[in-house]
Amino acid sequence: MKALRKLGLAAVALSAMTANVMAADIVIGIRSEPSSMDPYFHNLTPNNAMIGQVFSRLVDFDSKQQIFGSIAESWKTVNDTTWEFKLRKGLKFHDGSDLTVDDVIYSFERADGYEGGNSSFRTYTKGKKLVKVDDLTLHIVTERPYPLMANDMTTVMIMSSEAKGTDSSGKNKGISAKDFNDGTATIGSGPYKFVEWKKGEHIILEKFDGYIGEIAQPWDKVTFKFIKSEPARVAALLAGDVDAIDNVPTIDVERLKKDPRVTLSSGISNRVIYLHLDQFREDSPFVTAKDGSKIKNPLLDPRVRKALSKMINREAIVKRVMEGVAIPAGQLLPEGFFGVSPNLEVEAYDPAGAKKLLAEAGYPDGFALTIHGPNDRYINDAKILEAIGQLFTGNGIPTKVETMTKNIFFKRASSGAEGLPEFSLVLVGWGSGTGEASSPLKSLLATHDKSKGMGASNRGRHSNPEMDAMLLEALATVDDTKRAGLLAKATDMGIGEDQGIIPLHYQVNTWATKKGLKYNPRTDERTLASDYVPE
Amino acid sequence: MTVFVIRRLMQAALVVLIMSLLVFGGVFLVGDPVEMLVADDADQAEREAIIKSMGLDLPFYIQYLRFIGNALQGDMGNSFVFQESAMHLIAERMPATFELAFAALFIAVVFGIPLGIYAGLNANSWISKTIMTTSILGFSLPTFWVGIMMILFFAVIMGWLPSSGRGETVDVFGIQLSLFTLDGLSHVCLPAVNLALFKLSMVIRLARAGTREVVHQDYIKFARAKGLSDTRIIGVHLFKNIMIPVVTVLGLEFGGLVAFSVVTETVFAWPGMGKLLIDSINFLDRPVIVAYLMFVVVLFVVINLIVDVLYSVLDPRVRLQEMKS
Amino acid sequence: MSAVQENADHGRAGHSQSAVEVETPFRRFVADYMENKIAVFGAISVFVVVLIALFGPLIAPTDPYDLASVTFMDNKLEPGEQMGNGVTAVLGTDGLGRDMVSAMIYGLRISLGVGIGSGIIALLIGVTFGLCAAYFGGKVDTVIMRIVDIQLSFPAILVALVLLATLGKGIDKIIIALVVVQWAYYARTVRGSALVERRREYIEAATCLGLSKRRVIFRHMLPNCLPPLIVVATMQVAHAISLEATLSFLGLGLPVTEPSLGLLIANGFEYIMSGLYWISVYPGLALLFTIVTINLVGDRLRDVLNPRLQK
Repeated sequence: MKALRKLGLAAVALSAMTANVMAADIVIGIRSEPSSMDPYFHNLTPNNAMIGQVFSRLVDFDSKQQIFGSIAESWKTVNDTTWEFKLRKGLKFHDGSDLTVDDVIYSFERADGYEGGNSSFRTYTKGKKLVKVDDLTLHIVTERPYPLMANDMTTVMIMSSEAKGTDSSGKNKGISAKDFNDGTATIGSGPYKFVEWKKGEHIILEKFDGYIGEIAQPWDKVTFKFIKSEPARVAALLAGDVDAIDNVPTIDVERLKKDPRVTLSSGISNRVIYLHLDQFREDSPFVTAKDGSKIKNPLLDPRVRKALSKMINREAIVKRVMEGVAIPAGQLLPEGFFGVSPNLEVEAYDPAGAKKLLAEAGYPDGFALTIHGPNDRYINDAKILEAIGQLFTGNGIPTKVETMTKNIFFKRASSGAEGLPEFSLVLVGWGSGTGEASSPLKSLLATHDKSKGMGASNRGRHSNPEMDAMLLEALATVDDTKRAGLLAKATDMGIGEDQGIIPLHYQVNTWATKKGLKYNPRTDERTLASDYVPE
Repeated sequence: MTVFVIRRLMQAALVVLIMSLLVFGGVFLVGDPVEMLVADDADQAEREAIIKSMGLDLPFYIQYLRFIGNALQGDMGNSFVFQESAMHLIAERMPATFELAFAALFIAVVFGIPLGIYAGLNANSWISKTIMTTSILGFSLPTFWVGIMMILFFAVIMGWLPSSGRGETVDVFGIQLSLFTLDGLSHVCLPAVNLALFKLSMVIRLARAGTREVVHQDYIKFARAKGLSDTRIIGVHLFKNIMIPVVTVLGLEFGGLVAFSVVTETVFAWPGMGKLLIDSINFLDRPVIVAYLMFVVVLFVVINLIVDVLYSVLDPRVRLQEMKS
Repeated sequence: MSAVQENADHGRAGHSQSAVEVETPFRRFVADYMENKIAVFGAISVFVVVLIALFGPLIAPTDPYDLASVTFMDNKLEPGEQMGNGVTAVLGTDGLGRDMVSAMIYGLRISLGVGIGSGIIALLIGVTFGLCAAYFGGKVDTVIMRIVDIQLSFPAILVALVLLATLGKGIDKIIIALVVVQWAYYARTVRGSALVERRREYIEAATCLGLSKRRVIFRHMLPNCLPPLIVVATMQVAHAISLEATLSFLGLGLPVTEPSLGLLIANGFEYIMSGLYWISVYPGLALLFTIVTINLVGDRLRDVLNPRLQK
């Protein structure tokens, strides 16, 4: 191979040909390494993506976050509070043992009682009772009607109850994260078998021949190499060290498009980038008058929030800062997702309108702001924030921009000021894990209330009781059409009327492959071997 | 000598203790990793459960005393992120980093000392001037920038060497090493040179400065007058005397190479301890950060000890006895 | 050894002769320095670089730190293209529309300030501790060198992370971080050579004459420890500037809206694969030029100041 590389184009063309003929092995350079192979350890995208290839779930999302049956063949409601899941016949784990309802219940128990990890799967297991009807029939019972049952079931992965002896009384049923990391307990029923994990280097998976289900298995052996540095990842692809990469930097998209050795696949994600504004303090720490003196927090006034929204030239940011690889946003999820509002348009750039609104609200001369955001969390995050700083400053709101690493930023943004959000205006993003609108509404716009588990990530503490009520109603409505209507209406209130947050754009993710391959871009931003297909 | 060493080791224990408090406290001040670890849609109760399960709800001194208690029994705690023993995680990554650091040190010494001596002996030749000017370039550019330029040139444009990662490893006395396979060597080339550049310049300059100083000393003149061969003068008398600053600096720099290889490892995706550290810092994975730093402290104490002992061997005028008095 | 003794005090010897000859130590130093043409070029360049840094705001075509005048609508312009405000971006613009020439001049101010400022503070602290350790020996030596050990065992980025996280971003914070990272190197280097110097006869002689400790340490020992110190100091200034760039690369350095040369390179790093070479190449060259000229001067100074190298 190395000698061939010198021949440049010819070599790549040749290796592309061999890939087409053999279509056996693939090396994928990915940005983020999972933190564990334990399926309930840590509910984050890199883990869910990687482990989900080894352990199947009852139902799963396809690349467009549409639900399909994975372990379950079919599912339906039996009555208002009971869901029935039918398992496929003949399912096997990688060690050859049968997969039955017992394994599903075992998995849920371990997920629900997980100790010591960073698991958040309890969010999906709580309030649900699993009842075995027979080996292949499962009932899940809830206290109140629960429309999001199938969405919740896309999260918990199913492991073998005989994975490593059985010590049901022990902590995490006697299986520690380490047992999964070294392969001892890494026995699922997914399309790929776990081979090895060299931390910081790679994870190797192998095709599972006994797999039954709808997920494609185009590869015999899959190597995921972890390359965090953005240019190094692109370089690895161009140098032929890897066959494909994820998270192509936006700046390189234009050039790679023209490169005959490379194919790009990009798709919109479920992640919206938006601004949170302080709406719970009369005296907000990072808003002052232009001369630096204290003023009453102007962000409390919805007209001011709307004015700020009008100062943002979303088209220009997408074009100049995001290299066209993003879509301007007017609400919480892009068109086509469940529960989005048909009434909300992308806010147009309107400096005159902004000025008028500011004057109406009693701030004809504007005020001074310091805005905050992470510099290593979202695509081009620091640059977007700086562009917004330029736009605010240019429109009469002198703005300072401060960015910091995500570990420091999120702590301070959530609870930096004696348990309360520290900043006045922050840039953050939200990906809807359930693939519909209730997730962002519940976490970002609903009134912050610990006891109800609402508004957990509401860093601006926006609150509108009317919208809360509508959201609660939606969450208990089983009828899909009716629920979608209620969610859309709640979005109209939260964004359209109140401007509780200011949406900027939806992220677009790009995967790059060598010629001859392509990727089915996924809205949930996961990078899966099964979605790499011949061109 | 033995007393000196024992005394040094006792001091080291104290240093480690103070260090642990400083680092533990420092990372405690920065914050906790929970915000980074929980899923976006976790609610407040879930967040609190996680904080509790990690013992992060306890006051600082209790957390610290717990840590000390466990550390005394050889347990540096479990990583917040991986829930595996922090020491185990570090040990897993150690061979890769040491391999890289040794390779870099090797390059720096093997090329640095002869070039430096040459430049010192022939101060006015154009070759010496070229060597010195180039050595200035060596430590003038940020490592990460040189690294990416090297990737761009050697991997992307020329296609001679792989751009990132570690090559195939073989088992050598139970340790996975990549220096003994062709694939491994081709992978280690770029990162090792990248890491070595700075040290190489430093060695060249130290060797040259030392040489220029030593050649004017009386004993060299005397040796010349006595009619000793140039080879012997340079190889024995000169070499021995310029080694003092070189050994001091290299001793320190090896620790530095290990500890600071963070950037090279990040650019070249080299799976060593430095990359583990930067990842741990990004996640505020306190147990790993603390364990890593404890390890580095011990490493430095040992290196300093060796440097001091070598000092006395190389320069009889410096006596260990008086250092302890 | 007598030669050494004689030369060690050559400064004072020069004074006593000055009544007879016109040559003062300073003139002799200047004359020695001028012998090397490259070093003269270096000195002139450093002078020019410092002038540019001092009078930057008067020279720069635009103010790259003023968010009201910089607009991202001008970003990624190639060298020679015209910006929205009519000014030609001779070296192009960066990812957020800053004119590269202006950004480099302003960045130079920060880089030089950070590098030299932190270097001087670290030098003062380190030299004082290092000399004390070597001269007094015993407990003082042990305590100081243990602190040095602790200091050197902190990876620079962790010190920076902890400091910057608790203090926030800013030039003063990054200087503090760089001082903390560097002082121990000076201390150790000075101690290393002072340990050897302490054994020499001239120190004994000075002590026997009943000179005060401070005088012995700073007037007699220090000048003889200078050569290695100058080598380290020139390297440390360069190192400080590039460390600052590295911290920026890791996202821990200066505020994004006020980039130093290092941060400009770090920003340009992500464009390097995309053909927008000017964002990192020009600041890289500016940085290189600055450091190389500083080092040329340092190199020559070392040769000229080293008493033992003089014929």
